[in-house]
Amino acid sequence: MIGMVEHSVEKQTSGIAAEAADATVPPSRPKTRRRLKVAHPERCIGCLGCMFACSRTRLGIVSLDSSAIKIQTQGGIEGDYRVVVCRACPDAPCARACPTGALERKPDGRVVFHRELCRGCGECEKACLVGAVALNQEKLPVKCIHCGACVKFCPHGVLELEEIPSGG
Amino acid sequence: MLRKVLYIDLTKNESWIEERQELFEDWMGGTGVGIRLLQEECPAGTDPLSPASPIILSIGPLNGVFPVATKTAATFKSPLTGELGESYAGGRLSLAMRFAGHEAVVIRGRAERPCYISIRDGEVMVKDATSIWGIDAQTTGIILRDREPGVGRRSIIRIGPAGEAGVRYAGVVVDTYRHFGRLGLGAVFGSKNLKALVISGTEHVDVPDVKRYREVYERLYKTAVQTSVMEKYHDYGTSVNISVLNFLKGLPTKNFLASSFEQAESIGGEIFAEKHLLRRFSCAGCPIGCVHIAALKTAFSSHQEFEVRKVSYDYEPIYSLGSNLGVGSAEGILQLIDVCERLGLDVMSAGVVLSWATEALEKGLISAKETLEVPLQWNGVEGYTRALESIAQAPNEFYAALGRGVDYASERYGGREYAMTLGRNEVSGYHTGPASIVGQLVGVRHSHLDNAGYAIDQKAAKKPMDAEAMVEEIIKEDDSRGMFNSLVGCLFARGVYTEENIIDSLGAVGIVKSKDDLRDLGRRIFDEKYRFKVREGFDLSRQRIPRRFYETVSTQGMVAPETVEEMLRIYRRKRCWI
Repeated sequence: MIGMVEHSVEKQTSGIAAEAADATVPPSRPKTRRRLKVAHPERCIGCLGCMFACSRTRLGIVSLDSSAIKIQTQGGIEGDYRVVVCRACPDAPCARACPTGALERKPDGRVVFHRELCRGCGECEKACLVGAVALNQEKLPVKCIHCGACVKFCPHGVLELEEIPSGG
Repeated sequence: MLRKVLYIDLTKNESWIEERQELFEDWMGGTGVGIRLLQEECPAGTDPLSPASPIILSIGPLNGVFPVATKTAATFKSPLTGELGESYAGGRLSLAMRFAGHEAVVIRGRAERPCYISIRDGEVMVKDATSIWGIDAQTTGIILRDREPGVGRRSIIRIGPAGEAGVRYAGVVVDTYRHFGRLGLGAVFGSKNLKALVISGTEHVDVPDVKRYREVYERLYKTAVQTSVMEKYHDYGTSVNISVLNFLKGLPTKNFLASSFEQAESIGGEIFAEKHLLRRFSCAGCPIGCVHIAALKTAFSSHQEFEVRKVSYDYEPIYSLGSNLGVGSAEGILQLIDVCERLGLDVMSAGVVLSWATEALEKGLISAKETLEVPLQWNGVEGYTRALESIAQAPNEFYAALGRGVDYASERYGGREYAMTLGRNEVSGYHTGPASIVGQLVGVRHSHLDNAGYAIDQKAAKKPMDAEAMVEEIIKEDDSRGMFNSLVGCLFARGVYTEENIIDSLGAVGIVKSKDDLRDLGRRIFDEKYRFKVREGFDLSRQRIPRRFYETVSTQGMVAPETVEEMLRIYRRKRCWI
């Protein structure tokens, strides 16, 4: 048996629309927010289970392209894997770069996406040096919502979901 | 799910896509679709290395959609056996084909000059590969990675110098460390002037019932990672079987002169893990990580200068290039595996070719004149390295003969009684008893994986089985594996994909099948393959069984030729071939 790390995911949002709905400010603001953490990148075996979990859980489709988390190879499989995820920046440059307010930073630090405002300019993609925000085939940014679905499907405990102070 | 076949004609430099809904409905995908396309594409009596000989790559409905469904089937006419060629590879190929939107790719014709095929979604380009012709398989991958798009989701499959030279058991390297190893697909690539194929795509798959899909996915995933059904594949990996089979007197040693190896302890999975294991990784879509990579560090001067090679290992290469050649060190075996990787040779056939040549030299059938002064002797790693390189270069008639396989070489030079092939394919690493011999002989591609006769022997060694019972198991496996290879699952995940789980996972992608449907499919696929084999001249009643099998003790004790003959009689009767 593989030492699989079990994480409970309290809430899973599905779809971008749901994400926008999630943006309504809760009546009492929590003191912390959740952040996906790449705890042990060197343990990655390149199964891409996290990527499939992301598009399956958020969008209900089988896709690599729509995954907000990305596993990249450096120099092919002979090299090391690189795990690219959103770092949940306190002063999120993706939201700052967005000219239309489609990516909006909430007071608690979360960045939410309003699809109807996005015109696919790609400024958010350019603003993120990590490469965690990328446009999909429809020219819409694929943005991690830190739901933790991927954590559950990582067989080697590469990923963890942590609590960080709200607002950054 | 759109069921599309991409056709590429290298002679005409044309490509087109056909929707073949009915083909996939009737034959599922993978090997089922593969054998039907081979029958459509390959005229009777075709020279396997001529432009008329097709290459077919196919995936099935579960690839990319469910865990551990990671394999792609390659179907072709084998230049080694002259009949059915079939091989499976993991890596990222099935996923790349899925997201490029092609469930099967058919390659016809021959390019005018060296080329490679670049597929990105529906776009297909045939590009000049003159500048990389002759480059080893590993470096070819490195070069194409820089030239082609789709990083992180593409697959690059390519041949090395052995495939270019038409060595009849040259393989195709898939995404580094994975292979279409057996039966000579690499030579077919070479005969088409085809160096490589790069494929990537951005499509996605919609499932009819998202909730059900997630539920079934989660169940299969948990079975794979949280239960013991796949345990042996991730810890030490398949190489842990070296010590098991050695103990059971089933580990072929020095060309099957013995079935246990005095140095087995130095080449077991435990030693590889302890001394050399660098990391493990997975085929895309599989949480197991069975691919074991060793770091081989060798000093090349006395000034603290080292070269480090990263080499994948498994049970079969440790048998074929290890115990079978009397090589008693992990370092020696890794060195030989690495040579095969670069040249693009099937490690299993290569090892058996060398073990036959070693014995033939020892017995005086050949001399230093034939080997060009290369010393072929048990545990002679340097000599074996040079011989492998010569096989890919064919500097004389002897090495050219070795490049055609053991069956051919022994016809030319003698030593038939220890030319270890079944159905003209070099045998795998099991001298477990009659079920392994019969299984490989009757198997559609003459592989131990056709029906796992070696596992039946091991079962029979614990609790005796009569000939009839062993044959029944072989037939059951023949058929169920044909069905499983149409999905296309990894055979290591058979324990995850019970009939119930297969039915549920197919249901979640909108394909309704019953147990009877699945069994019927397996049987039909087997029959179609035999139809092709017989058409191309395969005759089960006229197969040569090397006498060596009867001279060396096996897991089930000494094997009597009468037992094998009786099992073959029962097999023919049960298949209604009499």
